Amino acid sequence: MQVTNITNQKTASITFLGSKKDRVSSIFRAITSNPKIAFGVSVVTFFVLIAIAAPLLTPYDPNASIVKGSLPPSWAHIFGTTGLGQDIFAQIVYGARVTLMVAFVAAIGSTILQVVMGLSSAYYGGMVDEVLSLIINVFLVLPGLPLTIVLASLASASGANKNEFVIALVLLFTSWSYGARVLRAQTLSLKEREFVAAARATGESSLLIISSEILPNEVSLIASTFVGTFVYAVGAEVALEFLGLGDTSRPSWGVILYWAQNNAALIVGKWWQFVPAGICIALLCAGLTFINFGMDELSNPRLRVERPLRRHLISRKSKAVASR
Amino acid sequence: MNSNNPEIAREVPGNTAVTDVSNRTIANFSQTFAPAGEEKLSKEPILEAVNLKKDFPLRSIKLFGPAQAVHAVEDTSLALYPGKATALVGESGSGKTTVARLLGRLHEPTGGEIRFHGEPVGNNHQSLRAYRRHVQYIFQDPFSSLNPAHGVRYHLARSLRLYGYAHNAHEEREQILALLERVNLTPADHFIDKFPHQLSGGQRQRIAIARVLAVRPSVILADEPVSMLDVSIRLDVLNLLLRLKEEDDLAFLFITHDIASARYFAEETLVMYAGQMVEGGPTEEVIQHPRHPYSQLLLSAAPDPDTMGHKKATNDAFDKRTGTKAQANMGDATPSGRGEPPSLINPPGGCRFHPRCPHAMPVCRQYRPERTNLGNGHWTHCFLYSKREEVSRASST
Repeated sequence: MQVTNITNQKTASITFLGSKKDRVSSIFRAITSNPKIAFGVSVVTFFVLIAIAAPLLTPYDPNASIVKGSLPPSWAHIFGTTGLGQDIFAQIVYGARVTLMVAFVAAIGSTILQVVMGLSSAYYGGMVDEVLSLIINVFLVLPGLPLTIVLASLASASGANKNEFVIALVLLFTSWSYGARVLRAQTLSLKEREFVAAARATGESSLLIISSEILPNEVSLIASTFVGTFVYAVGAEVALEFLGLGDTSRPSWGVILYWAQNNAALIVGKWWQFVPAGICIALLCAGLTFINFGMDELSNPRLRVERPLRRHLISRKSKAVASR
Repeated sequence: MNSNNPEIAREVPGNTAVTDVSNRTIANFSQTFAPAGEEKLSKEPILEAVNLKKDFPLRSIKLFGPAQAVHAVEDTSLALYPGKATALVGESGSGKTTVARLLGRLHEPTGGEIRFHGEPVGNNHQSLRAYRRHVQYIFQDPFSSLNPAHGVRYHLARSLRLYGYAHNAHEEREQILALLERVNLTPADHFIDKFPHQLSGGQRQRIAIARVLAVRPSVILADEPVSMLDVSIRLDVLNLLLRLKEEDDLAFLFITHDIASARYFAEETLVMYAGQMVEGGPTEEVIQHPRHPYSQLLLSAAPDPDTMGHKKATNDAFDKRTGTKAQANMGDATPSGRGEPPSLINPPGGCRFHPRCPHAMPVCRQYRPERTNLGNGHWTHCFLYSKREEVSRASST
């Protein structure tokens, strides 16, 4: 009755095993040693810090018309001004808050939904699995972008709450099913492992088995799915706002692009209206994707690239060894 | 040492103050099963399986056709007694692990009954929880039966917390240290913070044993506990289990395919083939004088340098009259009949060994033989030893 484990047991990332102290120091080591993760984390942290420190970085109110018309970048306005005379730099730093918040809420909500649906359908099996899989599959085949546009325009047409969180909800409902399917597959394989049977034999309840036995072994998968959903959320949110389906009175990176489009900035040659925002969006998505690549390398040692040890480290190490 | 009252807590050595509290908790929980204060006669089985049957249904691709199933276990009965170890021996695929999992309630039997202290066990959460408190399972593979994401402390603490033996971190730590001492993992402080990937196979199996002991069961079902360990470690672990059996008066079901360890460990041996019990009895009796042709085959397959020359001669003897290889006498013959165990999806009718049996009779193909007592607790299911009336009754109907 022995079930051979084809899944690589060691794909549980080394960052997640060990005592709390071990985990924290190993996460720190992982971030600093792998250049991909280092780049990605620094980019994301940079944008988060900008968003938090927005009032300190600019004296202007992003919504206030300061000058008349659209001015190119100058010392007073680092990224220039919009057609209405609003400072673009202020719009970007305040807009970072909105963009990051919406994407974060969408990603967190989506991940929670994925975990709940994927793990319960796989663990309980039988009828529960059939019903939940049906729901997952239905959401999976629904065309994402058209649905998102329809839902967002319904929300804005109803005029009820031109709240950015409407977009977050819409993104949540269209992005959760892929990750749920992946988690379901992983859980199906994990639940046949003997430590799950051992936990049942000890008398653990199903809920505790799912949360304490199966979930900790899937943390690396959930983390990378979260980052992937975050990237998707940023891109989709900017797309929706560009189409004018978000709250166009509140500045965020997508809204900046919307107004740039409205003012025919590209045609007229007023590049400062869309280039900074575009670069920020691209940088943020690139940083997140690099984090994902780096996490892949961490969990799967076969993807790791041999990096030559730096000279000064070698000489320092050999000195230390020699002095013992 | 509370040898006759399994429901009172085991003394965890060196920690009487803690176990006093735990004793009271255990007494409350085990009222479901144990009549209070009654001396257990050693003749009464603590755990009994009666005519167990287990079929695993197969999802057949054919649309029309009978539903197929793997008939893993058929008409199996056994009884476990406190302080006594029973070995269940058989080759791979004989159904012995399935029997253990049925007894451990990891699968539900398709037929038959499991009785704990004479009472059948219910299916609801309460009775399962009370049952698991008394019946615990040691898994075969120490490399996968511990969760790689959790350390030793978590594994042992869960067992303690679930059954109310520890109520705060301090009690938990003391009991965990005591358990680690008990399974000879010393210094215990050193091991309490380890993770499974930092331990060797023998150490992991000891943690698995400690986890089982933390529940303070009365019955332990050990599924090939030493098969995946180095040969040099096996004896240590077996001796540990023996010592625990003596100290706590545990009933053991010891599943193995290794006759030598069955002989070392168990007082009673049961032999299974293709999901059916074929022979059972005191270990020495079954091993020295196997009666069922399958037991003879199984025991002859163990390499034994002393009898190698003798066996060779007997095997080559050829009986010209019947055209079969001669058998010296049915009790100690060297059997022929090599072959494969049958498919359990379409098992042979009657006695499942008949296609390979050198003594097969027409009746063996149709009917499963009843249990025949051979005296001294030794029994077998074989028409060779059934009384004449039984055979003729079976073949005439």
